[in-house]
Amino acid sequence: MTQKTSSKIVMDSDGIERCLTRIAYEILEKNKGMDDLVLVGIRTGGIYLAERLQKKISAIENKTIPLGILDITLYRDDIAKSSKKAPLGKTNIPFDLTDKKVILLDDVLFTGRTIRAAMDALIDFGRPKMIQLAVLIDRGHRELPIRADYVGKNLPSSLWEAVSVNLLEKNGKDEVVILEET
Amino acid sequence: MMKLGKKDILGIQDMTVDEINLILDTAESFLEISTRDIKKVPTLRGKSVINLFYEASTRTRTSFEIAGKRLSADTINISASTSSVVKGETLMDTARTLEAMNPDIIVIRHSAAGAPHLLASLVSQSIINAGDGAHEHPTQALLDMMTIKEKKGKIAGLKVAIVGDILHSRVARSNIYGLSKMGAQVVIAGPATMLPRDIERMGVKAYTKLENAIPDADVIMMLRIQLERQKQNIFPSLREYAQHYCLNRKNIKLAKNDVIVMHPGPINRGVEISPDIADDPACSVILDQVNKGVAVRMALLYLLTGGNE
Repeated sequence: MTQKTSSKIVMDSDGIERCLTRIAYEILEKNKGMDDLVLVGIRTGGIYLAERLQKKISAIENKTIPLGILDITLYRDDIAKSSKKAPLGKTNIPFDLTDKKVILLDDVLFTGRTIRAAMDALIDFGRPKMIQLAVLIDRGHRELPIRADYVGKNLPSSLWEAVSVNLLEKNGKDEVVILEET
Repeated sequence: MMKLGKKDILGIQDMTVDEINLILDTAESFLEISTRDIKKVPTLRGKSVINLFYEASTRTRTSFEIAGKRLSADTINISASTSSVVKGETLMDTARTLEAMNPDIIVIRHSAAGAPHLLASLVSQSIINAGDGAHEHPTQALLDMMTIKEKKGKIAGLKVAIVGDILHSRVARSNIYGLSKMGAQVVIAGPATMLPRDIERMGVKAYTKLENAIPDADVIMMLRIQLERQKQNIFPSLREYAQHYCLNRKNIKLAKNDVIVMHPGPINRGVEISPDIADDPACSVILDQVNKGVAVRMALLYLLTGGNE
């Protein structure tokens, strides 16, 4: 067992809010408005970020942007290897994805395997016009050819560190911390 | 992370409340997949599931097959009437033959109680009991509990009346174990010849009159009269049985206003249940049960497969 004892806060509540506000404007700028735009948050961290982004974008454009929730567990590439299973959450995408521009939301971009799984899942729901990726933290160490279109903060990290995004809705406070093994 | 603590699903009797809750919660997440245009996820790609059915079945076999296919497993159906069983092969030899082909899960239905347990002790694969004699039918009880939980929001504290041929019913036995574990009050009713001796030792109250069992019931579960299992006549005629034990517009008034009516199928219309009750969407949840069955079986296939970590 490794013990992660020392931790460092790399982004606080205001920092997270500013990042999301900037990403909201970047999404609208890049897509020239919100026509055909939908948000899909990846369980669990991505849901809360997607909900916050939905509020921001809807406030800017005075129109509600559709929001879906995706659980990627059933699409993982390591599912056959382990008999331990992550709790399976519900997927809820209450709209047709065909010809939509999908903004996929996750908290941390790391190996890219979660995003690969998410893209496979999305395509089972229809044929989106385009999928774009927004993440709060990009910590590097990609194992697949995947990159984010919108990044809150690039956080170069070592493989021995863990990056944890704590959100008010889930953990009671907003902060991004690096946990280091000692 | 979570894990089902067993290799096989043989019965509800040896399941813990936590295990039942894990299966029901997992099954809920699987419901959505059956509502998609593309009803398939890649989770069990490369896994194979053998459905070994020694008894006739429409819904259970189809349900297991659909559950496997929606998870991308390869499903193979073997029914006794078209297999080497008719050439005299024993269950043990069939089991070893199938084991040599390296499936991941074997689902078995057999007329002999304990057949799945025997199979589980013989082969290394996971075994799911799809009904063994008059013993247990765990997946039916799980889908029944899932249906009750969805319609009533809970199981604990509900009064559930199970009515009919308790003696021959594996559905009744699995449900009595499961519902009691989950905190429901279970009462049963049927002709004295269809109530097993000492059934009250299972913790249920037994009545010989339908009218005594269903007052204030939240759930009424009607059982099928299993003519194929009756070696001698244990009631004079179907018509007489229906007069005393058929759930109809009149006697259902004894139950709670929001009572739900369940039946494991196939229904003998007008024998256990009058057609207008069976088809009444206000109380009948019979087709919901079938719908939940696929999700429960997907959950079990999902939870049972995986490595040895």
